[in-house]
Amino acid sequence: MGRRVVITGLGAVTPIGNDVPSFFEGLRTGKNGVAAITRFDTSDSKCKVAAEVKDFDPSRCFNKLTAAKTDLYVQYAVCAADEAVTDSGIIGNVDGDELGVYVGSGVGGINTLCEEHEKMLSMGEHGISPHFVPKMIINIAAGQIAIKYKATGSAIDISTACATGSNTVGEAYRAIKDGYLTAAIAGGSEAAVTKLTIGGFVNCMALSQSTDPNAASLPFDSRRGGFVLGEGAAIMVLEEYEHAKARGAKMYAEILGYGSTCDAHHVTAPDPSAKQTIRAIRIALDGVDYDPAKTYVNAHGTGTKLNDKTETIAFHEAFGDGAGKLHVSSTKSMTGHMLAAAGTAEAMACVLALNEGIVPPTINLESPDPELDLDYTPKTAVSADIETAVSTSLGFGGHNACLVLGRVK
Amino acid sequence: MDVLGKIKEMLADKLGMSADEITEDSKFSDLGLDSLDLAEMLMNVESEFGVTVETDASLDTVGALVKKLESLLG
Repeated sequence: MGRRVVITGLGAVTPIGNDVPSFFEGLRTGKNGVAAITRFDTSDSKCKVAAEVKDFDPSRCFNKLTAAKTDLYVQYAVCAADEAVTDSGIIGNVDGDELGVYVGSGVGGINTLCEEHEKMLSMGEHGISPHFVPKMIINIAAGQIAIKYKATGSAIDISTACATGSNTVGEAYRAIKDGYLTAAIAGGSEAAVTKLTIGGFVNCMALSQSTDPNAASLPFDSRRGGFVLGEGAAIMVLEEYEHAKARGAKMYAEILGYGSTCDAHHVTAPDPSAKQTIRAIRIALDGVDYDPAKTYVNAHGTGTKLNDKTETIAFHEAFGDGAGKLHVSSTKSMTGHMLAAAGTAEAMACVLALNEGIVPPTINLESPDPELDLDYTPKTAVSADIETAVSTSLGFGGHNACLVLGRVK
Repeated sequence: MDVLGKIKEMLADKLGMSADEITEDSKFSDLGLDSLDLAEMLMNVESEFGVTVETDASLDTVGALVKKLESLLG
């Protein structure tokens, strides 16, 4: 069985709110984070919209000197970690050797890479900043968070594309459950709204080319045409249950299970049988006593036809006759696809559903795909008594990750 | 602007502080610069003044850097 693991702190920087209270308010009210791209001139791009983080101020965590040598994806991660760590009150209540950091990114410091590449082309080697490498690398969010909080336990970057934020939380959960750590700062971060990234996703036919922000991120809708790129960070503090209880910590939810599998099928396309997505869900649900009518499923739900179809197959197979009773939604309809941050942000949507009895909606779901037959919570949030919550994340590379959360009993 | 004034201005901009808070006696480490910050600062100084500055452990204060630059600039 292992030890019980609970969530004791939450932090987020998202396209619909730059902290957890505003993120949760956005989820309750169905706020749309999608808008015209502001980061670069899109006149020669087929993609015109993204779910950017708005009005982010790095000075909440960084002085000018430090901000300048820190990539945006690390700034998001550190600010979200700061909110989560402060929320949990963990610092000073756990030995640094017992505190781990499991924070990943899918793309890493691509803004920095692009800026320094430009400098190299114009000025040669002499123009490249000494900060370039440590500012860009994909593990440096984990490293910076460990430095800030003197977390001298395992500090690991997991990079499984769009499944990153579920794998980091899941692997941290296992490390605590199995006794390797007492607590962990876990999550994902991404800041990849660049001309290069957008162009790459456009050319691999993954992105919506809609110009209407209210008809772009359309999971489960027959009008869908691909995902909308989002960004941001979502970080949680996970803690061993007895330790959290002994110090009187606030406990948001318990992690009841985690499954991690790989399609081993294709670099971008999901296996149409959904075999390994089903297996990941089954592993995560193993031993969990749940009532489908009181279960919220935060689907990966990117808004691609293949994802919608295979994920619905997976829910039917994994939940059997109960699938029709599930409360399903895709919060990517509001946040866009936050890539590495998505899994953790969506686990937080599960926390909201468990604690407030609110199922966040799939906004803008006006023309449901007739082939998809589950309750996808269209347009507005609904009230429901949610006892169990399931979040699925599926990444390029065939990565499948599933987290199961429950109320703390 | 003299060399000291220019260095103080560059540092103030990098650190987000007033140039008045920086003196010849200010140590780079006390201002919060680590070895990579100092390396970047020297690259910017080289571009600004059109000289090549050999990195040297004795270049640990604003005054030492100014003195070095003044000798290089003749």
